[in-house]
Amino acid sequence: MPNYRIHKTEYIDETKRVSFKYDGKTYFGYEGDTLASALLANGIHLVGRSFKYHRPRGIVSCGAEEPNAICQIGSKKDLTEPNVRATELELYEGLEASSQNCWPNVKFDIGGINNFISPLIPAGFYYKTFMWPKSFWKKVYEPLIRLSAGLGKSPTEPDPDIYDHKYVHYDVLVIGGGVSGIIAAKMAAKNNLKTLLVDDKKILGGSTIYQNNESIKIDNKLSSEWLKNEIQEIKKLSNLTIKTRTSIAAYHGYNFLLAKENLTDHLPEEKKKNKIRQRLWKIRAKKVVIATGSIERPLVFNNNDRPGILLSNSINKYLDYYGVTCGENIILFTNNDSAYETSISLHKKGIKNLIVDLRKSASSEIIKQAESLGIKIYFNHVVTNTFGYRKINSLEIMKLSEDGNTTVGDKIKLSCDCLGMSGGWTPMVHMHTQSGGKLDFRNEDQVFLPKENSEDQISVGSCNGDFDLENIIDKTVNKINKFLDIDNQDYQDTNIICSKENDKRNIWLLPNKIPLGKTKCFIDFQNDSTAKDIKLALKEGFRSIEHVKRYTTTGMATDQGKLSNMHALGIIADTAGVKMGTLGTTTFRPPFTPLTFGTIVGRNVGKFFEVVRKTSMHEWHVKNNAEFENVGQWKRPWYYPKNGENMHDAVQRESKAARDSAGILDASTLGKIDIQGTDASEFLNRVYTNAWSKLAIGKCRYGLMLNEDGMVYDDGVTTRISENHYLMTTTTGGAANVLSKLEDYLQTEWPELDVYLTSVTDHYSTASICGPNSKKILNKLFPNLDLSDENFPHMSFKEAKLENINCRIMRISFTGELSYEINIESKYGHSLWKMCIEAGKEFNLTPYGTETMHLLRAEKGFIIVGQDTDGTMTPSDLQMDWIVSKKKYDFIGKRSLYRSDTIREDRKQLVGLLTDDPKEILEEGAQIVSDIKSKPIDMLGHVTSSYFSPNLNKSIALAVVRSGKTMKGQKLIIPMENKNINVTVSDTIFLDKENKRLNA
Amino acid sequence: MFLINCPFCGERDQSEFSSGGEAHIVRPKQPTELSDDEWAEYLFMRKNIKGIQFERWNHVHGCRKWFNVVRDTSNDKILSVYKMGEKPPVSYK
Ligand SMILES: [Zn+2]
Repeated sequence: MPNYRIHKTEYIDETKRVSFKYDGKTYFGYEGDTLASALLANGIHLVGRSFKYHRPRGIVSCGAEEPNAICQIGSKKDLTEPNVRATELELYEGLEASSQNCWPNVKFDIGGINNFISPLIPAGFYYKTFMWPKSFWKKVYEPLIRLSAGLGKSPTEPDPDIYDHKYVHYDVLVIGGGVSGIIAAKMAAKNNLKTLLVDDKKILGGSTIYQNNESIKIDNKLSSEWLKNEIQEIKKLSNLTIKTRTSIAAYHGYNFLLAKENLTDHLPEEKKKNKIRQRLWKIRAKKVVIATGSIERPLVFNNNDRPGILLSNSINKYLDYYGVTCGENIILFTNNDSAYETSISLHKKGIKNLIVDLRKSASSEIIKQAESLGIKIYFNHVVTNTFGYRKINSLEIMKLSEDGNTTVGDKIKLSCDCLGMSGGWTPMVHMHTQSGGKLDFRNEDQVFLPKENSEDQISVGSCNGDFDLENIIDKTVNKINKFLDIDNQDYQDTNIICSKENDKRNIWLLPNKIPLGKTKCFIDFQNDSTAKDIKLALKEGFRSIEHVKRYTTTGMATDQGKLSNMHALGIIADTAGVKMGTLGTTTFRPPFTPLTFGTIVGRNVGKFFEVVRKTSMHEWHVKNNAEFENVGQWKRPWYYPKNGENMHDAVQRESKAARDSAGILDASTLGKIDIQGTDASEFLNRVYTNAWSKLAIGKCRYGLMLNEDGMVYDDGVTTRISENHYLMTTTTGGAANVLSKLEDYLQTEWPELDVYLTSVTDHYSTASICGPNSKKILNKLFPNLDLSDENFPHMSFKEAKLENINCRIMRISFTGELSYEINIESKYGHSLWKMCIEAGKEFNLTPYGTETMHLLRAEKGFIIVGQDTDGTMTPSDLQMDWIVSKKKYDFIGKRSLYRSDTIREDRKQLVGLLTDDPKEILEEGAQIVSDIKSKPIDMLGHVTSSYFSPNLNKSIALAVVRSGKTMKGQKLIIPMENKNINVTVSDTIFLDKENKRLNA
Repeated sequence: MFLINCPFCGERDQSEFSSGGEAHIVRPKQPTELSDDEWAEYLFMRKNIKGIQFERWNHVHGCRKWFNVVRDTSNDKILSVYKMGEKPPVSYK
C-alpha cells in the first residue's frame, strides 16, 4: 500500500495507530488525523461522484468548505449519519465511512454516463428536463434521481445518542482561535472581562500553528512558535473559557449566538457510550469579536475538478500539520503569493513542485526565496486543461495575453500527480452578515468586507480582509483596544517580519481557446454547476444573483457555496458588464455548517418532547382500559372499551347508560379561573355577553365570551361563590388563552377595576355525574346534603363535605340530564372518583369519555367552541341570540355585533341536519350543497358535528349553512366521493326540547 | 432573539415574552356611539412602520405583566420600555 506520510509532526501521534474502514476496505491512520488526511496518507484522493454528471471527485480542502469529501458514517439503522465532511471528521478506531455519491460504487457508476451526455444537462435541467410527461415522475425520474443523486441515507430508527443544551452569558465572545482571535481573547480576559473563545478545530492556532517558513517571523521566532507561547499564556487566564471543537452555527440579534460543541464524535464507539454527544450552547455576549479567518479560493478553468486538484493551502496543511503529501510531483497554480509558502514547504520536504502564476511578474521576498531554491515559476501563464480520469496525471498551460482575456502562444504540457490552486482569499463574513451587518467591496483584491454593524460586534484578522501577519496583529490590537475601550500594551513591541505581499491578478473565469460550451469549468463542485451554466442563465434573462443561484443551483448544496459564491458573482458581473459589489451577495443563512437534528432538539425528545398533563384520576382510567385523546396538553379518556368493543360500540353503550341510569365523566381538565375583588361582577358583565350583576350568591350561569370582533371565543359556566368571589370555567383547550385575554383587559383597559384572577385548573379535580339516577348516587356520597329541587335546583351551587373534605358541588348540565359536578382539591381527586364509582355500582354508573360527552351534548344541540365554531361565528350565527344582553351598555365584542358584515342575513348559521336514511352517519367537515347540477357547485357550508344517537336511534348532525336559520325543513345534499347523501335541515336540539330530563 | 428589559423583572430572553401588537390604541369608552368605520379603525387598523414603533409586550412566562416597548423596526433595537398607563418617552414622539 502506498504511503504518503512522509514526516513526523507534533500533531500526529505515530505511537497510536488507528484502523478504520472506508468503502468496506480497512486502512490505517494515526491519532490526530482527520478521515481526509488518513485517506490522503493512503494515497486516496477519489472520494465520490459529482451530483449531476457523476464525475470522479477528490478531496479539495481541509475544512468546513469541503464540497466533495462528503461521507456516510456508520451503517447502523439508528446511528448512521449522512453528509459528514471527511475534512472535519477526526479519525477514531473502528470508524466506518463510505463515500456518499457513487451508486453503485465509486470506481464505476451508471451516472458516469451523464458526463458524456452533459450537453443535455444545462442550467435549470431539473426544471426543463423532468417536466413531462407527468406519469414519468413517479416511475422513472424520481427513483432515478434519488438513486443517483447521492444525498446520503437518513437513519431509520430513533437516535440513541444524548444531546444537550446550555445557556451561558459572557462579556466577550471571540469566534475563531487563530492569531487575531487569540490576541483578542487575551486582551479581553486580561482586562477582567469574562471571555469565551470558541474554535471549531481540535486545537487553537488556525493556519499559523503549523507555519514553518523561516521568512515569516514574530519576535525573531517562527510564527508558529510565537503563537504556541501565546496559547500557553491564555490558558492560564482565569476568566477566559476556551471551547475547542465548537463551531458557531448562528448569529442572531442582540448578540445571541448558537454554538455546537462536539464532545464524542472523535472517540471510538465504546468510549462514546453514555456520554453527551453534542451540546448546543446558547450564548448571550455583551460584545462579540469575529475572527473567523478566510478560506482560499479555487480557480475556474477547464476540468478543474479532477481528483488530485486541491486548494494550495490545504496541500500545505496536509503536509506540515498531518505530515502527508498530496502528491510526489505537484504543480501549484496561483494568482497571489500564498502558493509560494506551500511550494517552499514542499521543497523543504523534498517534494518536486513548480508554480504557474497568472501574474506577469512579482518580486516579493517569498518569491525571491522560491527562485533561490530553484523552484520553476511560469509567470503570466494559465492552466487551460487537465487530464487523468480517476486522478490528475498532467495538464496544459498557455501564456496569457496582455489584457488577460485570452491565451497566446503554444500549449505546454506538464505532467503532475497533484495540482494546488490559489485564487486568493475570501474573508469569512458569514457571522458578520448573519448578525445584520452590511458588506463593502474592495476592488484591489476583489473581496467583500464587513462594513456597518447593527450589533455590538467587530471583525478582526483575515475575515476583515487583513491578510498579512503584520496587518493582522497591528490592526487587531488597535481595533480591540478601541472596541473594548481599553489600553493594552502587550503587543506594542512585537516585531513582525512577513515576506508575502498582497499583490494579486484576479480573473474569475480563466481564458481558454476551447469554446466555453465545450469546457467544464466548475464553480460549484458539490452541485456540479459550471461557468457555462451561469452564462446560460444570464442569456436566458436571469439577472438577480438570487435567481441565477436558484436556476443553476450554484451555492445551494450543503456547503452553501463557501467556495463558489464569489466566482458566480464575478462571472455574472463580468458577463453583464456591471461592477462587482453593485450586485450584492446572496444571503448567508445559518447554520454556517449543518447541525444534526439531535443538537437542535437536545433533551426534548420522547416523553420530554411535550408536556403531558394528567388528571388525578388518570391512573384509574388507565387501569380501566380507557383509550385517551389529546386535548391541548391534557390526556383525556376518549372512551372505555369493554370486552373488545370498538369505539362505536363503546360510545353507544356509554351514551345509553348515561341517559338510562347514570354516567360519570372526568371533567378536571376544564379551565378554572378564580375571580375575586369588589368589581368582580362588573368585570364579568364586561367580558360575557349576558348580564351578571343580578346573579345570586350560590347560583351558576352559562356565559359566552366574544372577541372584540364579535366572534365567539370561549364559553363555560361561572358560579358566584360569595359577594365578591366567582369561579369561572372555560373550555379545556382555551383555559390559558382566556386567562391571558382577561389579564390583558384588566391590566391595560380597565386598570381601575378591583379584580384578581388566579388559575386554579390544576387545584381542583372534577367528577361529573349525570343521568336519572345521579341524585341517588349523590345522596349516598353526601347523605347530609339536601338534594331537593327546592334547596338545590338546577344551576346552583353547594358546599358539602365528603367525609371531612370540602367539596364544591355544582348542579349544572352539559348533557341535558340531571347532573352534578363535584369539585375537590386535586390530591383527593382519585379517592373522590373511586368513591363515586363505588356508590354508583348499584345504578350501573358508567364512566364515559369525551366522545360520549360530545354525542350527549350534540343530542341537546349544545355547541363546542372550536368544533362548531371556528372564529367566524357570532352568537346570532349560532342561534344563541338569547344569551346576548340587549340592556348592557357594553361588553367585549358588542359593537361588532351590528357591523354591516355581522348583521348580514346570509351568514353561515348553525343548524341541525337529519339524514334521510337514519342509519347514514355524515362525515364531519363534509361540504353541503343544494344543487349539484349547476357548475361550479355552490358550497353552502359544512358539517361540524356528527354522531349516531343511540337514544334517538338515528343519525344526527350539526352544521353551518349559509342562511341556515331560514332553511328548516329544506332538503340539502352532501356530495361524497361515491354517493350523494340527502339530508333535511332541522332544529339544533334533537332531544328533550322541554328540558324535562334536567329535573327528572 | 431580543433581550427585553421587563420593567418589573429586568432583562430576560425574548422567549419569555409575547408580543401584543401596536401600543396606545385605547378601547373606545362608548363603542355604541361609533360608526362602522370608526369602530373598524379601532378594531382592524394597525400601523406597520419602518422605524420607531410603539408596541405592547407581555412577560407571559414571567411576571405576566403587560408593558410598552419602543422599538426601531429597521434594526430591531429596543430603545425604551415603560409601564402600562405611562406616556411614551418624549424623545421618541
Ligand atoms: Zn416581568
